[in-house]
Amino acid sequence: MPTLLRHLLVAAGVGLAVLMVSYQLDSYRNFQLATVAAYLCATAGLTILTGLCGQLSLGHGALMATGAYTVALCQAAFFDRGVTSGLTLIGSLAAAVLVTVVVGLVVGVAAARLRGPYLAGLTLAVAVVVPALTVTLDGVFNGEQGLPVPVAPAPESLGLYFPHERWQLWVAAGTTLLCLVVLANLVRSRYGRLFRAVRDDEVAARLAGIHVARTQVIAFVVSAAGAGLGGALLAVLAQSVSPGAFGLTLSLFLLMAVVIGGLGRLAGAVWGALLLVALPDLTHSLTNLFTLSPAAAQRLEGNLPLAIFGATLIVVMIAAPGGVQGLLSRLTHRLRTRRPVGRS
Amino acid sequence: MRTTARRGLVIATTLTLLLGLTACGADDAPGSGEPVPGVTDTEIVVGTHMPLTGPASAGYSKIAPATKAYFDYVNANGGVHGRKITYKIMDDGYNPATTQQVVRQLVLQDKVFAVINGLGTPTHTGVLDFLHSNRVPDLFVASGSRSWDQPDKYPNTFGFNPDYTVEGKILATHVKSTMPGSKVCFLGQDDDFGRDALVGVEKVLGAGGVTAKQTYVTSNTNVAPQIGAFKEAGCEVVILATVPGFTALSVGTAARLGYRPQWVVSNVGSDHPTLARQLGDAAGLLEGMVGLNYLPMQTDTENPWIQLFNKINTEHNSGAEFDGNTVYGMAVGYLFVQALQAAGKDLTRQSLIEAVRKGGYQGPGVAPLRFSATDHSGYGGGRLTRVTEGKQSFFGPTYETDENDGPVQEYTVAPVTPPANGVPAA
Repeated sequence: MPTLLRHLLVAAGVGLAVLMVSYQLDSYRNFQLATVAAYLCATAGLTILTGLCGQLSLGHGALMATGAYTVALCQAAFFDRGVTSGLTLIGSLAAAVLVTVVVGLVVGVAAARLRGPYLAGLTLAVAVVVPALTVTLDGVFNGEQGLPVPVAPAPESLGLYFPHERWQLWVAAGTTLLCLVVLANLVRSRYGRLFRAVRDDEVAARLAGIHVARTQVIAFVVSAAGAGLGGALLAVLAQSVSPGAFGLTLSLFLLMAVVIGGLGRLAGAVWGALLLVALPDLTHSLTNLFTLSPAAAQRLEGNLPLAIFGATLIVVMIAAPGGVQGLLSRLTHRLRTRRPVGRS
Repeated sequence: MRTTARRGLVIATTLTLLLGLTACGADDAPGSGEPVPGVTDTEIVVGTHMPLTGPASAGYSKIAPATKAYFDYVNANGGVHGRKITYKIMDDGYNPATTQQVVRQLVLQDKVFAVINGLGTPTHTGVLDFLHSNRVPDLFVASGSRSWDQPDKYPNTFGFNPDYTVEGKILATHVKSTMPGSKVCFLGQDDDFGRDALVGVEKVLGAGGVTAKQTYVTSNTNVAPQIGAFKEAGCEVVILATVPGFTALSVGTAARLGYRPQWVVSNVGSDHPTLARQLGDAAGLLEGMVGLNYLPMQTDTENPWIQLFNKINTEHNSGAEFDGNTVYGMAVGYLFVQALQAAGKDLTRQSLIEAVRKGGYQGPGVAPLRFSATDHSGYGGGRLTRVTEGKQSFFGPTYETDENDGPVQEYTVAPVTPPANGVPAA
């Protein structure tokens, strides 16, 4: 079976599963799942860059912000002109990807000349500068208050009381699946092999005739597109965008999420995205369990997610260097090898 | 190659199973006999979003616990129409993105009846549309932005604080009459809070009446450039539209630069105990600061409202330090209970909104509360305060005005006293 067809079939299967699940869940869970889908675009892109091509980026939160603000400005422009059809969203999302690709290209070209800590430093600067721009150019981006993202409601053909959150999940999941199919195909393509060759040994890759810098730029641009799409979806879900959502912490969280999920495999990105959404929820329930004084509980709630994320990172790095996905494939592998023994 | 396909399917099934576990219920299509969200025969669940952590938490983190304490007091006295109030407090760290998340959690997951006193101009602006489309009563927003006063666009949203424009007009009138001819400068938060306040100030002083205008953002805790510019421009009076953390920061930074202007501070950033706690040993810098308030002063122990709130604070708020935020939180709680009483035993979201829209509420406030079908702003004025020998107290008459070009005039209606049991009657 050709790779593309197989990926499309898997995507169709997952899409069907999401469709059924969306009817089972209440509105809030649907919204959370849609948020997972949005984060998944970004973590999948970052997995390709960091896991496959061996480059580090501390600035992907900023690339998400680029996508998010583009969507906000495009949707506002559409609505100002009285174009309120749901189809405008496709145009806005495409514009978001396009703008992020351009930004990614600029950063990527610079990044291809840098290694290790210098690369980390550059991307870190991007993570700090982009949210700061929204405050400096507050005439366009409205400072810390951010911009509203006008979004058309669910099509009327679905019924008058169709839950908005279910519609959001469909939009987000559909877009994300499309993005994942493209990325998965890329991983299996010639480019995927180039990425891995560059990651494993740059000198060997260069000797084999691979243009290392160009390969790294392509990887950066692809991952930027993923981040831009993810940010755009987040903005559409929240119907608003503000720099606070895309601070340095988000960039660090994204990186930690893909590391915990398992670097180098798209499946790891799924775990990472799940973790990004589940963790704040988890800590909220956790702080509710303790019978602390109200003041202490309040302070914990704001800071606990960070601490737990850090602790999880340490534990995962020690117990399962391959991340959650690495652990899972090791387990399935062990089960598979044990099975023949049991039969004999 | 087949492994990818298998792996993909494994992930899909895992996800499906995982989510299937948490699944609960299908569509809730609205019908006629449907129960009201958050309301049972014995309970009313309401929620709020507050900065319990982050740049605006100084002082503000005490508001929601104070409101909760008042609700606990009402619950201990039999509740409202036999129902106890449960108040869910969510921390949003003053980050609009987090506000989006926690308000959805309150409305979609916790199914609250109403959102009460959600705090912050930038934060609450982001959830206005969401609350509107879900028809959630959005009462007594803790901010003076004019955004809350749009009855046509957001029929379920009502403010609490005086409009920042109203406040700016009153503060500027004081500056104009008591310090005529002095150089006036303005520092405001870079959002509707700062902008609306500046509109009010310039309505009174004229467009050229403000020598230097500066803004700050809460994510950058360095205001030395702004304060330096004021010193450079020779400003004698600085009007601040700042949250408490940034009032303290401005006053402290000015002192470091050897600059001592007359501070005139917006209500939301002028609570003396909060500022003094922030400044620590340097609290003396606040001497002479002029502010504005529309609720009784926490230091006024003769005031029956303060006596009542102090008692509730001891009994239900584990005796937390009593300051303007405590008074504010309890005043919000009192107003909400008044609205619930007026909405009657047959409580629905519509009956609650109708009750607030009818207006006619009088509580602890010294200024008028003017809710009506066409006015969703909160208090319509306030009284000036000054810090003298480390104590903040009222001076002069209470003023009221509107957000347009109306005059700043005295408001002479005397404040009421609280009911004997501290719970508003039906």
